Amino acid sequence: MTDIFTLTGRSLRHISRSPDTIITTCVTPVMFMLLFVYVLGGAIQTGSASYVNYLLPGILLITVASGIAYTAFRLFMDMQNGIFERFQSMPIARSSVLWAHVLTSLVANMISLVVVVLVALLMGFRSSAGLASWLAVAGILILFTLALTWLAVIPGLTAKTIDGASAFSYPLIFLPFISSAFVPTDSMPGPVRAFAENQPVTSIANALRNLFTEQPVGDDIWIALAWCVGILVVTYFFAMSTYRRKIS
Amino acid sequence: MSQAIQVRGLEKSYKDLKVLKGVDFEVAPGSIFALLGSNGAGKTTVVKILSTLLRADAGSAGVNGFDVARQPADVRNSISLTGQFAAVDEILTGRENLVLVARLRHLKDAGTIADDLLARFSLTDAGGRKVATYSGGMRRRLDIAMSLIGSPPIIFLDEPTTGLDPQARIEVWAAVRELAAQGTTVLLTTQYLDEAEQLADRIAILHEGKIIVTGTLAELKQLLPPAKVEYVEKQPTLEDVFLTLVGTKDQK
Ligand SMILES: Nc1ncnc2c1ncn2[C@@H]1O[C@H](COP(=O)(O)OP(=O)(O)OP(=O)(O)O)[C@@H](O)[C@H]1O
Ligand SMILES: [Mg+2]
Repeated sequence: MTDIFTLTGRSLRHISRSPDTIITTCVTPVMFMLLFVYVLGGAIQTGSASYVNYLLPGILLITVASGIAYTAFRLFMDMQNGIFERFQSMPIARSSVLWAHVLTSLVANMISLVVVVLVALLMGFRSSAGLASWLAVAGILILFTLALTWLAVIPGLTAKTIDGASAFSYPLIFLPFISSAFVPTDSMPGPVRAFAENQPVTSIANALRNLFTEQPVGDDIWIALAWCVGILVVTYFFAMSTYRRKIS
Repeated sequence: MSQAIQVRGLEKSYKDLKVLKGVDFEVAPGSIFALLGSNGAGKTTVVKILSTLLRADAGSAGVNGFDVARQPADVRNSISLTGQFAAVDEILTGRENLVLVARLRHLKDAGTIADDLLARFSLTDAGGRKVATYSGGMRRRLDIAMSLIGSPPIIFLDEPTTGLDPQARIEVWAAVRELAAQGTTVLLTTQYLDEAEQLADRIAILHEGKIIVTGTLAELKQLLPPAKVEYVEKQPTLEDVFLTLVGTKDQK
């Protein structure tokens, strides 16, 4: 355990030496937020008082999706470097290196999420949520980040090139566009709507939105949690077995 | 167990490429052993198997009395590896690199250990700088310094002086001699014949997947046909021995 923290400290120091990774992570979601609120938002009917209030949950999910590209990137770079072999030849648990990357990803994404929420507040985002709701929001986002982090570990371990290591995140960034994150799904044509209503982003975004507005969360939160835990379990086992194959 | 390292019948293939075809050698505790071979001979492969980074296809290897396949954790407790390519963290400073390894080895006073090593490897002035700004020689010295932390009984050095200038080479050689003087067993690989000649108590030549000869420098020199000695004026160097034994390709 202490080894994991020592190694996490090392990765976090990497991030503090190149804070641009945090900034780059935030740029995409903030751009989308500006574009949708100030350019397209006027034409979108959400039935909600302020479009930025409607939009933020989806933007937060995009933030995580773009943040984990760096998780894959950092892991890939470490595997290329001889330092990985040094760690593997030292008397420490071999999975420590991987866990350190996961914890680092969690911390880095939380920082990005806070930055994006602050920008949203500047743009007029307001929430009536109390402490319990905010904690629930944080819990869902942590779970979502962990699920996507373990997903990112897989390309980080198996990619042949740097571009390959982070390319997997592009489809994830666009998944929210075919969901309730930007526009209510009832405006979509049949098959698209069916997809949108049954993919994880919609239930997670709806759950977050209801928490922010202190509305009853209904079934969405359970579906959201089921998706997060389900993705987490599958990607964790797949990533771990990839890792074991890689180092044996 | 009397030997620090014991290798028997080691075999390893990458897909169809048979790299090791039955490698045998032993290294006595506290000695310096040089594994000599040209590019692609399989030196790094041997070192990776001994440091539990790779699994052998066949044969056995014991390090400090522990089997590399069955007791990898004990082996890792007994060794330290300086791989062929510098295993340093470019983004951290030299000192932070040393502190990191000392912490991972659960040593007290990581900072003091780091400062001592920086001084020993003439890196004190550069200690606070990012390793990315280091020259190749400084990086290599830091790399070796990181491997000394925790004083493991056995140290592997994979081509420790490749790419170093003569001055830096001599510094590394001095460090290696000092280690052996303190009782550490050193296995180093090299393509430089004079390096093996300068440092090693025993030398093994790895060629086409096998150890074709092993012995002290004096023993290897005797392998040259005496007739040849009469024609050359100087003592044969290890280079002559090497080239005779492996048969240079350009002569064919
Ligand atoms: N991961 C790998 N996959 C496939 N082939 C490999 C792999 N690693 C090494 N080889 C091949 O195995 C052979 C031996 O490689 P190795 O690195 O052990 O040689 P070496 O003696 O250390 O050479 P050098 O002096 O260049 O460092 C080479 O032909 C190399 O191409
Ligand atoms: Mg090599």
